[in-house]
Amino acid sequence: MMASIKRKVAVIGAGITLFRRRLKETGRELSFYATKMALEQAGITLDDVDAVVCGTAPDAFDGVHMKGEYLADGMGGHRRPFVRVYVGGGTGVFTPIAAWWHVASGHFDIVLAVAEEKMSSCFPHPQKAFTTIFDPIYTRPLGANLVWIFALEMQRYMHVHGVKKEQIATIAVKNKRNALDHPCAQLPAKITVKDVLESEVMVWPVQRLDISPPSDGAAAVVMAAEHVAKQLTDDPVWMEGVGWCLDSTYWTNRDLYYPKYVEYAARMAYKMAGIKNPPKEIDVAEPYDPFDYKEAHHAEGLMLARKGEYLKDVKDEDDIFAKYGRDGDLPICPSGGLLGVGNPIAAAGMMKVCEIFWQLRKEAGKRQVKNDPRTGVAQAWGDLMQVGTVMVMRV
Amino acid sequence: MSVKVKEYRGTYYSRKDLEEGRVMAFKDRPEARYAWATGVAMGRFLAELKQGRIVGRKCRVCGRVLVPPRMFCEMCFRPTDEWVYVSDTGTVLTYSVSYLGPAAERLKEPIIIAVIQLDGASPGIGILHKLGEVKPEEVKVGMRVKAVWKPPEEREGAITDILYFRPVEEG
Ligand SMILES: [Zn+2]
Repeated sequence: MMASIKRKVAVIGAGITLFRRRLKETGRELSFYATKMALEQAGITLDDVDAVVCGTAPDAFDGVHMKGEYLADGMGGHRRPFVRVYVGGGTGVFTPIAAWWHVASGHFDIVLAVAEEKMSSCFPHPQKAFTTIFDPIYTRPLGANLVWIFALEMQRYMHVHGVKKEQIATIAVKNKRNALDHPCAQLPAKITVKDVLESEVMVWPVQRLDISPPSDGAAAVVMAAEHVAKQLTDDPVWMEGVGWCLDSTYWTNRDLYYPKYVEYAARMAYKMAGIKNPPKEIDVAEPYDPFDYKEAHHAEGLMLARKGEYLKDVKDEDDIFAKYGRDGDLPICPSGGLLGVGNPIAAAGMMKVCEIFWQLRKEAGKRQVKNDPRTGVAQAWGDLMQVGTVMVMRV
Repeated sequence: MSVKVKEYRGTYYSRKDLEEGRVMAFKDRPEARYAWATGVAMGRFLAELKQGRIVGRKCRVCGRVLVPPRMFCEMCFRPTDEWVYVSDTGTVLTYSVSYLGPAAERLKEPIIIAVIQLDGASPGIGILHKLGEVKPEEVKVGMRVKAVWKPPEEREGAITDILYFRPVEEG
């Protein structure tokens, strides 16, 4: 497998809406905003687009079946080759991966990848729709809430490695503070470890400030084949590695302390990008952080730190910024992540791809990382704690 | 966000705006009902629960005993070979204490949940269930537990035929 890919693919434009708990615009309208911005940033119009890849998470949030088709007009999909891809929370990074093979295959030159989520439609809270993810015969009769499984995973991670809640809370502090500089952010805040530890206990060890919010929002990127990208821009950002992997939905049958499937996805992407020593060769990373512990869990799956060692030298707020802040050793989630910017599922993963794009183009303004980044990685994760999607980008 | 972009679009409203009619919303409740076939493996599993027993399936190639049972091994990708009873005692692999119900409603009395490796199941093969007769602060990873069953006449062939697992003192 993995024959060499002949056609290089670049990201040439990105767009994003505000992320908020409730937005008045419909999913189609939000998709239109993000798509239009991405096209404008790429300096092209919809006429130039050959195909569209849509990413959006469960139909149950919107209560509209065939949600991809429903959103298509807002994503520029009208009378074009259009397809929706969906791997739960991993969708946001999987969407540009699918758009990548549209272009890398040689079949299309310019492809839009658009991700949308509108979780507020499910009223009063999207959690109820989330519970339909569970096995109807075994798990649902137990009254499962989706946060349960993450709490079980977090506890297992802490237990196996002896990681403390105080250490994990520093991630929430960092990301929410980073989000103060993101104009689209839903929950930017200057908080302390103490605030996290004193916030409402939801499903121990998960507390309110450990967790990202439900959100509405959309994000998009334009991708182009090399010969087109070089005509359209002086600053293409190359998609040099893609990887994805799915584990079983029998999540109680694997040791939750480590996301092996994320590692497998990362290995696929790194091999393609020629990365042998991830912490040395990657300058900026956006691992998926719907919970604070997930940043650590995923950074380890991405092999940016050894198993259990992401927070080894992190005792307090100062340590986390020194190691993983924008001017730290290895900037992680400079966007503010899902914890700070918000978590409209598919759009949240795409937000991370947009962030790496802007960081590598040096367009991130106040969020710009200080290490002159050349290589970045974006990663998303989801379903029943079973999918990893990884993208390596370079300038 | 890019420094090249000056305006980000989207119009925020609050739950109060919605409830007090300042934002229009069209409400509906989709009515979709299901009767899920339990399948071959889970059908037997549920029937055994009704009898107060927990059954798994063994794959002779990888040697794993799978609980809940499956008629095929996803790793070896072949049919599993035999039914194997496992114990209703086991070890807590991880646990959490939930103050949230299924719709994110707040619970006054928390539910303690755990992934439990039953004795006789392969290492790492856990099941999800609740813990009872224990205070949240007393639960530990590695704790030994035993199933507390519904009385036989009340069992209906469901995972809830086990009410919860309680700690057991051993040795
Ligand atoms: Zn097997």
